[in-house]
Amino acid sequence: MRKFAGLVTTAAILAGGIITGVNAQETIKIGVTQPLTGAFAASGNYVAQGAKIAEDEINKAGGVLGKKIQLIIEDNKSNPTEAVSTVEKLITKDKVPVLIGAWSSTLTLAVMPKLEEYKVPMIVETSSSGKITTSGNPYIFRISPTSAMEAKSFQPLVPKMGIKKASFLYTNNDFGIGSANEYSNMLKANGVTIGAMETMDPKATDFSAQLAKIKASGSDSLFVTTAVEQLTLILKQAKEQQLNVRIISCGGSNSPDQLIEQAGDAANGSFHTAFFPPWFPEVTKNPEVSKRYMDEWKKRGHNVGGLTEGFRGFDGVYVAVAGIEAAGKAEPDAIRAALWGVTVKGIYGDIHFNKEGPAGKESGQNVPVVYLVTISNGKVTRTSF
Amino acid sequence: MDELFQHFLNAVILGGTYALLGIGLTLIFGIMRVVNFTHGELYAFGAYCMYAFVMLFHVNFFLALVLAMSMGTVLGAAIELLLLNRLRGADIDTTMLVMIGAWIVMQNTEQFVWSGVALSISSPFPANPLVVGPLSVSWNRVYVFLIALGLIGTTYFVVNRTRLGKAMRATFQDRDTAALMGIRIGRIHTATFALGSGLAAAAGALLGPVFVVTPTMGDLAASKAFAIVILGGLGNITGATLGGFILAFVEEIGAGYISSGYRDAMGFLLIILILLMRPTGLFAQKERIG
Repeated sequence: MRKFAGLVTTAAILAGGIITGVNAQETIKIGVTQPLTGAFAASGNYVAQGAKIAEDEINKAGGVLGKKIQLIIEDNKSNPTEAVSTVEKLITKDKVPVLIGAWSSTLTLAVMPKLEEYKVPMIVETSSSGKITTSGNPYIFRISPTSAMEAKSFQPLVPKMGIKKASFLYTNNDFGIGSANEYSNMLKANGVTIGAMETMDPKATDFSAQLAKIKASGSDSLFVTTAVEQLTLILKQAKEQQLNVRIISCGGSNSPDQLIEQAGDAANGSFHTAFFPPWFPEVTKNPEVSKRYMDEWKKRGHNVGGLTEGFRGFDGVYVAVAGIEAAGKAEPDAIRAALWGVTVKGIYGDIHFNKEGPAGKESGQNVPVVYLVTISNGKVTRTSF
Repeated sequence: MDELFQHFLNAVILGGTYALLGIGLTLIFGIMRVVNFTHGELYAFGAYCMYAFVMLFHVNFFLALVLAMSMGTVLGAAIELLLLNRLRGADIDTTMLVMIGAWIVMQNTEQFVWSGVALSISSPFPANPLVVGPLSVSWNRVYVFLIALGLIGTTYFVVNRTRLGKAMRATFQDRDTAALMGIRIGRIHTATFALGSGLAAAAGALLGPVFVVTPTMGDLAASKAFAIVILGGLGNITGATLGGFILAFVEEIGAGYISSGYRDAMGFLLIILILLMRPTGLFAQKERIG
């Protein structure tokens, strides 16, 4: 039954291909592995929806190298073992020359050895753990910011916000640990005292113990790194326990619109890092692209709260296609080499890859802009001081 | 010191819901000898019913709880009549496999119907918490705790003071003799499964507004429920109630003073220790053998 959803998606894509009169042999396949079910299902589906918008746009404009593109989207079930099998299936059975994935840092880290084994490049659209680009995997091209970049762009705000003592609450996986390390180091270097460092299981729903401890630590700010579901609960429970601290969420998977809807009053006064601000798309580097994506997203009736995730898939497909075009052929090694030279006008900004990691085995890393937004009176505004 | 009191208060409130989850499962196992893997999904089902009634049909919040619990009871009875009834006499492995299948089907149906996006249920309780000195707790959680205690008490009464309960206990002690005495074992099984399922759905309907509703919410609830049942001794309602509170205390204090990342591990570590010393759980009932 879980597989059924994947089959339906694949069948729908195939059917779409038939209706537009495209012969399967004439398409260039792009593999996508996302968590469509399980703990990260909401985000994974948004990324897949964004990717499909890009697929349709590109095909409408004539495709690439004279052929249509075809996304093959596999469900990694929010599970590292499943993520590895999806990548193996996409590479060996579907023979995709380039991949996009795998949402969470833990899932991406799990599939990385397979990329080296089969020598197929992958565009990393969401994951933020530093390890992904520093471990020496030359098949990784990351368009999302690392936790270190995020922490660095936050630095000027530390004195402006008057942060003196900060606590952390983060999910106990590569994403949360990476983010908490980078932020706490940055804060310490800026003279901030660190209070409690609390972790939580990615599936946990009750944070009363952690919040009681954070309250007792006497911190003025709390940095939270997790996805939107847990963040909603943390905001609600922090209010219940009268935790009067400034809550700042890191990692960009915080969907402020969904927080306003689900945490209500408890979301007011919280700060969130965002990698795409759909509340003021005019500030992005390529506002016309942002607007086009947003219009199509709304036209398709997708959840507006998912705009902050969907663009990752949208940009991912454009970058993969730019790689194929620059390579001149749909072959993994040619695409890997060509990705170093591409610049894509995307929602993440003008996407291009800098070298990161050990010499000779560098991974590609884009440098996107990081925004900080505030929720006040049930509305999202750009943080300004 | 304030922190310690807050941890205690949190544990008591959490323990009430853990106990409610545990007693439904322990009844089913004790009386039917069925390892009920759908327990967590009935919990999720209760939460989704609550969402549908409150948010879509705008039914009164308190009435919605009663409706969700009734729907859970009906679904439980349906599962028993459609699946388990036919499997009576089958070995435990077969039943277990069927229940695992039912669990996966139910979870994926929830995903299919409601999508993976978390849903939230608004409650009529004030957003500001109940504050007593340095301690605070949300009104919603106080309500959940009181209703949970009420349901546990009612279950206790049904099992120990009614004719149905007497028949249930007789079936638990010795199925064959109970059948010979004229107890309709089939009906007792259906009633037990329906009651246990109704309690799971009630727990989901109570906690849905406290947390968020997702298709995978049942997994965590089921693993806790199994832990509580094993801790308290299979088939023992008092054991499951106390087991629920013990687990909540260990988790809360462990997370507060040792490491919050291993909150779930603390509970299971305790269970391993207890089972090493008392292999049948803390409060196992004596069974007549032969």
